[in-house]
Amino acid sequence: MNIGIEHYLIVSSFLFVIGMYTVATRRHAVAILMGVELLLNSASINFVAFSHFVEGGISGYVFSLFIIVLAAAEAAVALAIVLSLFRNTNTVDVTESVTLQG
Amino acid sequence: MSADALYTVAIPKLVELDNLWLIVLFPFLGAVINGLLGRQLQAKFGKSIIHYIAIGMMLCSFAVAIIAFAQILTADDIAIVSQAFPMIDIGWLSVNFALYFDPLSVVLALIITGIGTLIHVYSTGYMKDDPAYWRFFCYLNLFIFSMLLLVLGDSFVLMFFGWEGVGLCSYLLIGFWYKDMKKATAGFKAFVVNRIGDFAFITGLFFLFWGLGGHWNQNNNYDVHSNRSYEAIPVASDATSVDRLTSQDNKELVSQMPSVVFRDIEKQMTLSVRSAETGAIQKPFADALTEQTVGGIPLVFLICFLFFLGACGKSAQIPLYVWLPDAMAGPTPVSALIHAATMVTAGIYMIVRLNFLFVLSPGVMTVIALVGACTALFAATIGMVQHDLKKVLAYSTISQLGFMFLGVGVGAWWAAVFHLLTHACFKACLFLGAGSVIHSMGFLKSHDKSDDTEDNSIQTEPTHASVEEKPSPTDPQDMRNMGGLGVIMSHTRRTYLIACLAIAGFPVAAGFYSKDEILWKAMSNGQTFIPGWILWSIGFVAAGCTSFYMFRSYYMVFYGAPPSEQCQKHAHESPRSMIHVLWVLAGASIVTAVLGLPHLITGVDAIFAQWLAPMTAPFVSTTGVASAAWLEGILIVASIGIAVIGWLIAKHFYHSTHASMEKRQQWYQQFRLVHHTLYNKYWIDELYQMTWVRGFKSLSHGVATVDKFVVGLVINGGSKKLGQAFHKFAQVLRLHQTGYVNNYAYGIAIGTVVLVLVAQAWF
Repeated sequence: MNIGIEHYLIVSSFLFVIGMYTVATRRHAVAILMGVELLLNSASINFVAFSHFVEGGISGYVFSLFIIVLAAAEAAVALAIVLSLFRNTNTVDVTESVTLQG
Repeated sequence: MSADALYTVAIPKLVELDNLWLIVLFPFLGAVINGLLGRQLQAKFGKSIIHYIAIGMMLCSFAVAIIAFAQILTADDIAIVSQAFPMIDIGWLSVNFALYFDPLSVVLALIITGIGTLIHVYSTGYMKDDPAYWRFFCYLNLFIFSMLLLVLGDSFVLMFFGWEGVGLCSYLLIGFWYKDMKKATAGFKAFVVNRIGDFAFITGLFFLFWGLGGHWNQNNNYDVHSNRSYEAIPVASDATSVDRLTSQDNKELVSQMPSVVFRDIEKQMTLSVRSAETGAIQKPFADALTEQTVGGIPLVFLICFLFFLGACGKSAQIPLYVWLPDAMAGPTPVSALIHAATMVTAGIYMIVRLNFLFVLSPGVMTVIALVGACTALFAATIGMVQHDLKKVLAYSTISQLGFMFLGVGVGAWWAAVFHLLTHACFKACLFLGAGSVIHSMGFLKSHDKSDDTEDNSIQTEPTHASVEEKPSPTDPQDMRNMGGLGVIMSHTRRTYLIACLAIAGFPVAAGFYSKDEILWKAMSNGQTFIPGWILWSIGFVAAGCTSFYMFRSYYMVFYGAPPSEQCQKHAHESPRSMIHVLWVLAGASIVTAVLGLPHLITGVDAIFAQWLAPMTAPFVSTTGVASAAWLEGILIVASIGIAVIGWLIAKHFYHSTHASMEKRQQWYQQFRLVHHTLYNKYWIDELYQMTWVRGFKSLSHGVATVDKFVVGLVINGGSKKLGQAFHKFAQVLRLHQTGYVNNYAYGIAIGTVVLVLVAQAWF
């Protein structure tokens, strides 16, 4: 069978929905971070796929590289936030830290 | 230019000198240093550092005043303006922080800094034991600063600043011992009564500014007096706003714009131009003021009358004089400096400064003369029966201010300012002498610490003091507690006597020449609507009363009963710093006579009259017989006569000991009703209390009731409902802020989807 752009997009949208679901439902801060990673990666797949099917287009590849670097940085910062959250509230359950509640 | 402009006034030439504005900086600096650091300085270095700063600044200021005086004296016919920095610069209106030195203001500056310095020195003795020494000197310096701004400012803006500044300092100093409720209330009363005058003053200023102004026409040009015919003013017919008139005589520019600078207004008021067609001479600006009416009242009358009301408040004239007697609650040096020598004369100064305006309205001049004469007599009669030494002097001050108003009212500008000068000397001397006596009698107070029973007219239920009322034995100001002090305080007695001679009008001292000139001008003027002889006779009787009450106080304090044992033990002559000041002022009360020797004696105009002539407009048109030299001679003799009579009566009743005491009582009984009326000051305070104060209070109560039940119901009820509605809405809204990250993520996702769908549907 011939692998077309649809296949890539379907995989990527599955990944996005899973990531979204993770972010929206998990209570563990680290799990939410993992969901965010899935979101980023699904976007990355989109970029690569479009880039492959566009004549002479390499900007999609470059973007996905950037996204990888960005994701690493994001993970570092976010984990640090999670750590300090744990230090302050003694939990990483995001439903516990609701000081912004109206 | 078709018409030729010509100038009829001789305004002094203007010279610019940069550094003279330092005169106001020095006292300001002194006030700032003593005000901000005084407490620490006093704690660290003792009290002397405070008065070294304050007096040092005063001396610097006095030196600058002398320099300015010398400049004007040596050069012929000049005025000096000293600009510090620009204050307001909007369109054609520009006001600078500039001081204006001319023969009038420089005299005032000399009085303020000279007598001010002396009183600072005196205060070092008088206030020696007061813990708030630094505060006192800070206020004094601040007062000098404001007063100098008032007299030296070249525009209404600066004058009004100073005008309010001296009011503030007066309030602060009357209530200097603010822990005493009565004294604090006296300061409050002075402040409130002054507000009435100040309101009139600033309203008059607005009217003047408006009256001199024009309006914007359709071509966006500013028309000056567009409701008037223009042909009289050269260049105005084809010119727009900022054109200026050039006088051909001395090339001085006359601004057509309304201005707040005295010099500009003076030039406008005195500008005369010859009309091209008719050849008649017109005064475009002065006519603009005299011809306009507001509600049927001539504008110039309204303006001058409002200014006069302002002067009434500051200078304690009927009907706004009531604050001055109570102002005696302040420390005695303050009474001498502010409430006798300087601040209360601000009203006189203002009217003389604006003489070019006041001569346009003979009606207001008549009012001024009449109010002045009546105040002179009215206050003098009250002063005749008061027992409080400072109250006597307070009513005497009101009375003398009345004489000055009589002087300006009949256009005797120089005589009024000369009386201001001589009064500053002898009244300061009298007050400081009284202060010396009170200082010495201070032991009475320390014997009984209970609150003193000094009568006070502010209280709601005034005590109607009867004739037989016994003096409070603890009041150091009550003359009935004194007597025979002349033996103990010979310096004070002698200086007090000299000042008495000056104020009573004995020709050995200056007061005679100034008062007599005013009376003579009142008699001989033909401009006021009231005949001169009426004004003269009111002033004449007041002069007799003056002589009586001054010598009455002199004999009651220094003669009469021999001093009691208590007095002999405790009373003492004052420290040297106070005595020296007394002698300087007593000397000045005599020496200044030289400035005012009348034409009748010397054959030339008085020195002071020549000095002020350049900046005062003529008002008096002396008429016929009334100005004959023989009449002046007769009046002088009559003045001396009534002064002597007043003195003899006082001596008869108050000089010797026991016999005069009985005579006095008989006399009191005989004229019981008169005495009672005078002693209670014609019940004017009570009248004001009944009408104005009570009326105002019930008005306030009424307004408060309306506020509570009408406004309160609408606003409170309505706003409560509205607030509750918002509160409910917010209760719903706040549920959306859960604080859960997940919910926010949902929100973001759903939001994005909705945005995409909307964008799809839209485009």
